[in-house]
Amino acid sequence: MANKTILTGWGRTSPSAAELLRPGAEAELTPLVLAPGGRGMIARGLGRSYGDPAQNAGGLVLDMTGLAAIGPVRDGYVTVEAGVSLHRLMRELVPEGWFPPVTPATRQVTVGGAVAADIHGRNHHADGSFGSHVTALDLLGADGVTRTLTPDDPDFWATVGGMGLTGVITKATIRLTPIETSRMIVNTWKCADLESVMTRLTQADLAHRYTAAWVDCLSRQGRGVVEGADHARQGAARSFRARGFEASPGFLPVGLLNRHTMGLVNRGLYATTKRESTQVRPLASFFHPLDRVGHWNRLYGPRGLVQYQFVVPLGAEQTLMKIVERIRRSHAASFQTVLKRFGPGSGGWLSFPTPGWSLALDFPTTTKGLAWLLDRLDELVAEAGGRVYLAKDSRLRPELLPVMYPGLAAFRERRRQLDPRLVFQSDLARRLSL
Amino acid sequence: MKNAFGEPQSLLLVGGASEIAMATAMRLVRRRVRRVILAGRPSPARDAAAARLAEAGASVETADFDAFRVEEHAKVIGDVFADGDVDVALVACGLQGDAELDPLKAADVAMVNYVGAMTAAIVCADAMRRQTHGALVVFSSVSAGRPSPSDFLYASAKSGLDAFARGLTEALRGSGVHVMVVRPGFVRSRMTRGVTPPAIATSPETVAGAILDGLRAKSEVVWVPGILGQLTRLPGSIVRRITG
Repeated sequence: MANKTILTGWGRTSPSAAELLRPGAEAELTPLVLAPGGRGMIARGLGRSYGDPAQNAGGLVLDMTGLAAIGPVRDGYVTVEAGVSLHRLMRELVPEGWFPPVTPATRQVTVGGAVAADIHGRNHHADGSFGSHVTALDLLGADGVTRTLTPDDPDFWATVGGMGLTGVITKATIRLTPIETSRMIVNTWKCADLESVMTRLTQADLAHRYTAAWVDCLSRQGRGVVEGADHARQGAARSFRARGFEASPGFLPVGLLNRHTMGLVNRGLYATTKRESTQVRPLASFFHPLDRVGHWNRLYGPRGLVQYQFVVPLGAEQTLMKIVERIRRSHAASFQTVLKRFGPGSGGWLSFPTPGWSLALDFPTTTKGLAWLLDRLDELVAEAGGRVYLAKDSRLRPELLPVMYPGLAAFRERRRQLDPRLVFQSDLARRLSL
Repeated sequence: MKNAFGEPQSLLLVGGASEIAMATAMRLVRRRVRRVILAGRPSPARDAAAARLAEAGASVETADFDAFRVEEHAKVIGDVFADGDVDVALVACGLQGDAELDPLKAADVAMVNYVGAMTAAIVCADAMRRQTHGALVVFSSVSAGRPSPSDFLYASAKSGLDAFARGLTEALRGSGVHVMVVRPGFVRSRMTRGVTPPAIATSPETVAGAILDGLRAKSEVVWVPGILGQLTRLPGSIVRRITG
């Protein structure tokens, strides 16, 4: 196979080589699926998954960003091709008064990726995950046939959260959120310890559509800042402008992100936050903190970063606190630590969100003892009936996956029925035996 | 597939379960290796090795591999790769032989240590090149460069294998496959029991540790102990006295 490209996820760990093709039309996909080669293929969007789900060592990777048509909005629904980014969707639709039903902390994800990872955002407790707002999707199967799936079809729920392994998602119809302005009314509370962060977050969930908390894992008490927000209903006109640096400055020395610098930054952030405040902020500034600096993942140096996100059920608060304490004691420094309460899951067989507490952390890969620490955290999470997020995973022990995902057995079986030759393959699928 | 920390998850042992190969396998299983394939002749030793690895938590498969039957190597090893990616393959076919100048016994030593090991390594290398990742560990010996009257048949075969493996390292550069040549000195093991060890001797555990370090660092040549790499500049007669 000629022209191999080295691909990684956003965490820049585990690079692998694949042939990268960028189809410009859906019709170009079918012949590729029918003649997959020995190592199969996987669809890739904008490469924002942290680990290896959009890599396929020795095989084919389909860059889907060439399939990027946006249909007209009808009664609050829009049909788009899988390679459309949420960024473009916002740029085109916010002025018309529509917002994507779910957005993660970056706009740089495609709709196909959003379905495949069944992504969530700050409104999960109120609105659920991305898959809950998809009313139909087109899936190109291993047999070369494109089927339109609706939530009535079990294969729809194998595909939502299915990490691209049931076929190539080519189109999706999404229910949009109507907005009156492009501003957010954001309430902020500063909390001195983890317990009050959790209490405040629980209260905020009752009153606000969008909530999340930042937790200072390096502080003894696990202090943090809770945000609760809603779309502003009156005032500013609808426009979508996103500001940010194109790329992170290249001259920053590797190792700048360490426990000491992060401790200082955290202390500064906490100190400069008012005890309680209400602000009006533009959409992007509230939703997409990760887009402020392009390629911020390069700040972690050539060895990259390891993201760790888990959810434990409501009632497992003790486990959550134990984990935060364990991380603090290990001196592993997480730069962006986000706590969120999830509402009910979507029904995707491998979908991540389940009702409970979700904590997302990121560590430099070179953190001493990190592999060992995360293995221990996995055990605590699994014991509590929780799970880790496949779109962020890059190192889970495969044997814990069936414990964390009861839907895995059904998924494996259905995948082998739909795709007996395993045309759809990824490094993630090989690593975790999906 | 290796994980974000570069830890392999599947391991192929070609040529059975020597003490060094087993020590290495046990260490890897204690980390992240879950699938182990023991490719060797059916024997109580292979069964015992499989049981030990399974007890440590690995899912163990066996493949009937015979270093002499080179015509079967492509099929036997090919089937292993067809069942799933192999992250690390250890080619450890070994037959000590003796100093007797018997042409047929000499041919056996050459067949196992050189020809069989080479054909197995070629099949592994080809499969790894297709999967575009993997580490191929080839067991050479410090004696490959320093034949002595007591082991020059063995040394000559290892010398051939060593040259092959270094050439393979170059041939596979850029393919994603990591080839590593391991050159242990005198190893205190069952095989060398009763032999007085030389000044510099090592143990299967030390060799295993060096292999893990080499895998992590993507080393191309690993001497065990490392000091042996520095001794190559000394006259052979002196080195012989220290390393046995």
